[in-house]
Amino acid sequence: MEIKNVVCPFCGCLCDDITVKVEDNEIKAVKNGCGICITKFIKHHVNAVQSPMLKKEKTDENFVNVSMDEAIEKTGEILKNAKYPLIFGLSTTECEAQGKALELAELTGATIDQLPSVCHGPSIMALQSVGQITATLGEVKNRADMVIFWGCNPIEAHPRHFNRYSGTTAGMWSDRNKRYIVTIDVRETHTAKKSDKFIKISPGKDYELISIIRAAIKGQKIPDNVEEMMGVNKDDIENLINKMKGAKYGVVFYGMGMTQSFGKELNTDGAISLVKELNEWTKFSINPMLGHYNVAGAVHVWGWQSGYPFSINFSLQYPRYNPGEFSATQILARKECDAALIIATDPVAHLPNEAARHLAEIPVITIDPKFSLTALISDVVIPCATAGIEAEGTAYRMDGIPLRLKRVVRSEFLSDREILERLIEKIKEK
Amino acid sequence: MLIIKNGMMYDPANKIDGETIDIYIENGKIVEQPANERNNNEDIIIDAKGMIVMPGGVDIHSHIAGAKVTKARVMCPDDHRKDVIRKTKISRSGTGYTVPTTFITGYRYAKLGYTFVAEAASPPIATRHTHEEFNDIPIIDKTAYILMGSNHFVLDNIKNNNFDGLKNYVGFLLNATKGYAIKIVNPGGVENWKWGKNVKGLDDVVINYGVSPREILQNLAKVRKELNLPHAIHVHCNNLGSPGNLRTTLETIDAVKGEPIHITHIQFNSYAGENWGSFASGASEISDKINSSNNVTVDVGQVIFGNATTMTADGPWQHTVYKLSHQNKWVNIDVEMETGSGIVPYIFKENTAVNAIQWAIGLELFLLVKDPFRICLTTDHPNAGLFYYYPMVVEWLMSKKKRDEMLNKINPKAKEKTTLANIEREYTLQEIATITRAATARIMGLKNKGHIGTGADADISIYKFDENNIVKSFSSAKYVIKDGRVVVKDGEITGTHFGRTYYVKTKGEANDEIKETFEKFYSISFENYAVEDVYVPRKEVTECCKESITNQ
Repeated sequence: MEIKNVVCPFCGCLCDDITVKVEDNEIKAVKNGCGICITKFIKHHVNAVQSPMLKKEKTDENFVNVSMDEAIEKTGEILKNAKYPLIFGLSTTECEAQGKALELAELTGATIDQLPSVCHGPSIMALQSVGQITATLGEVKNRADMVIFWGCNPIEAHPRHFNRYSGTTAGMWSDRNKRYIVTIDVRETHTAKKSDKFIKISPGKDYELISIIRAAIKGQKIPDNVEEMMGVNKDDIENLINKMKGAKYGVVFYGMGMTQSFGKELNTDGAISLVKELNEWTKFSINPMLGHYNVAGAVHVWGWQSGYPFSINFSLQYPRYNPGEFSATQILARKECDAALIIATDPVAHLPNEAARHLAEIPVITIDPKFSLTALISDVVIPCATAGIEAEGTAYRMDGIPLRLKRVVRSEFLSDREILERLIEKIKEK
Repeated sequence: MLIIKNGMMYDPANKIDGETIDIYIENGKIVEQPANERNNNEDIIIDAKGMIVMPGGVDIHSHIAGAKVTKARVMCPDDHRKDVIRKTKISRSGTGYTVPTTFITGYRYAKLGYTFVAEAASPPIATRHTHEEFNDIPIIDKTAYILMGSNHFVLDNIKNNNFDGLKNYVGFLLNATKGYAIKIVNPGGVENWKWGKNVKGLDDVVINYGVSPREILQNLAKVRKELNLPHAIHVHCNNLGSPGNLRTTLETIDAVKGEPIHITHIQFNSYAGENWGSFASGASEISDKINSSNNVTVDVGQVIFGNATTMTADGPWQHTVYKLSHQNKWVNIDVEMETGSGIVPYIFKENTAVNAIQWAIGLELFLLVKDPFRICLTTDHPNAGLFYYYPMVVEWLMSKKKRDEMLNKINPKAKEKTTLANIEREYTLQEIATITRAATARIMGLKNKGHIGTGADADISIYKFDENNIVKSFSSAKYVIKDGRVVVKDGEITGTHFGRTYYVKTKGEANDEIKETFEKFYSISFENYAVEDVYVPRKEVTECCKESITNQ
């Protein structure tokens, strides 16, 4: 059986033209996807958790397989006994699960956080200080005659972005020939090689370059020693500004090269402000290159349910937001939380050492289809149906377009949403 | 059976004006009084002696769900800290202030006595999102208007003089999005904004298409009629917000040549003057026009002083607001093939001349339009004010004294540039029930809403009315009944009821031409476009074309 127009649950591009060939509930082939997409589908069952498991004591080396009921019971007990639980992850699961996780956080007075804390949080914090001038990816394809990739490398990180939306694609009023493509990065990436112009910037100097451009647009002189300051020569900056002002529809894509280099949200703040100012001359937009496929989903769902996108605390029975104070990494590093529910992420592998180390000292529950380093140090491990492969749901693309994830094969396990619903019931009955 | 006894009923649609009538409710509907005296212990009886009883409120235009609403929520954490709501045993937590979270939106509308709210602007490609949020808005019924005024297929069909193609496309789009009405925002101007331009009037042209706002309005009004949709075209006019725009508004009314048109937040389109210095009221001309044209209905978009968050598909206007407001935040989103949107926080200030005049113009319109069935109470929430301040508007309309108090307090230009000070009219309770219920439901074509006749949905609000404190009387209902269940008592949420999503089913389906263009120029697959049934777990579908039913 061939299932068409499947949405790929890997990166923020959410390509929705994937064909998956299924026989006897097994994925046999994947068409249209990039290498990452194909691997994600074909190998979805590799290293899978086979049964709910728990450790009787934290110090036990081995897990024992238990029933789902027992795993839910034990999880409920841990969350109920915790004074300050942390719920973390959720950027790679469906919106319905993200909503249920927030409800569970509200019920248990937990802090809930997702991955922007460590990737595109600065984009959202910039939205909160200066706004956002953006366009859906189809607008980029149809109209953009200038595209700037700043601190991002779609050819390798979002492999189909360049062909589908932003580079070689032909739209209603634009195509590759009409589109002038610039890459600004600290090294000559594959994306830079495919661009019309590569501007090499010294590491950590994004804010300086943005500021110089903003000042020049407002009529200030570009200093002669600009190359010394940021590694970019004056002619390149002047040409860039002329191209920007001359474009009919310009778009900036930026990645973690901007959000996580020195300056963080001040860089994105500056870049968005630059784009706002360019709209006095012509039409310009700026889009973040979100990595995990449903980071945007959690921003939306938690946004409409609580008003806040991440780093949300419920200890006063209403939502509070404060990145830093309520960010998972800091809460763990400061050893504040006394239990953690980890859903669809692997903080032991990805978070800084001191944050990961605290996880080994407190009760941890992991809900994940696959084994992870975090699962190994957990007290309870609950396998689930993989969203977008074994479970349906909603996901939001990097530009906010909502799409329906499909189920292409069946799983013997519940979806994240169903597991969280059972946990909510369990907490309510206690 | 639920029985409401001894209440004074205001049911304008059934011409009941303050009579004491008992109401009988069964299975979520209003039923006839039983022939025999009932003596059933299971009956719930509400004694509404000394209280007023009205149909549940119906809001014809508000921004409560979808992409721009949540963008506004996420963008304003500063706004939420002023207004936090704890969870209770039965209700969820959340935040306000200007853009409340979904749960709080449902609770607060219910506490006001409102039971049906229309989301006024949903971009088709993001309407799945709108429905997702509807499913997190408790108690009230919801529906979505679908943005079409700058849609590629609409513009292209008009350009090619293909009316049948246009009609088919509009039908397809409403079916695919599970929407309710045709929404037109700054026709053509939103497309031009994608090139940094706008349109200046009805005969300006849309770049690359060569069609005019006038043609867009005329064609969509005709499509509306032929598809037999329950609500007129719902229009946010060109030149919204600009001095002198009353001429555009009058031309817009003339352009549709007698076809039904609903002009929304018309306060923002009733301005005289040539520039901000000579800014003045055009309410007299506009209300004269409404009074003399029976195809026109309006809602007001009354200004409430204080914080607001402006949000609209009218991107070019939002860019102007951003520059006028001296706010640091501006959001613009261009939505492929369809529409755009802009968001800017804004503060309406009593001492700012333009804001004071805007406030007075809204009230002038309410008071100068003679037939209350033609004008609806809205604040274009959260654009001109927040829906939880509707009771303030009611007070200004019912009490000349109260509105004069405000008029004397604000910038004196409001007296100078409008006629408000000279208007003596005061609304009656029956007229209030009309502009908040009977008129809105009738204009939207909702047969079972906005009245308390037999067969109507049992959506009812009961207030303890104190004419010396009108704001308090309407701010928190004594009882609210939704689908026959008590959901609010003494201003507190008592039940976790969920309302329905309303949408139309009409004639029109995607042909090969639509699919081919779609696959070429959208960034998603055609097959993933239509909103799946799973997003409308509780629904009420209005069938528009009898023909299309027999075909199936």
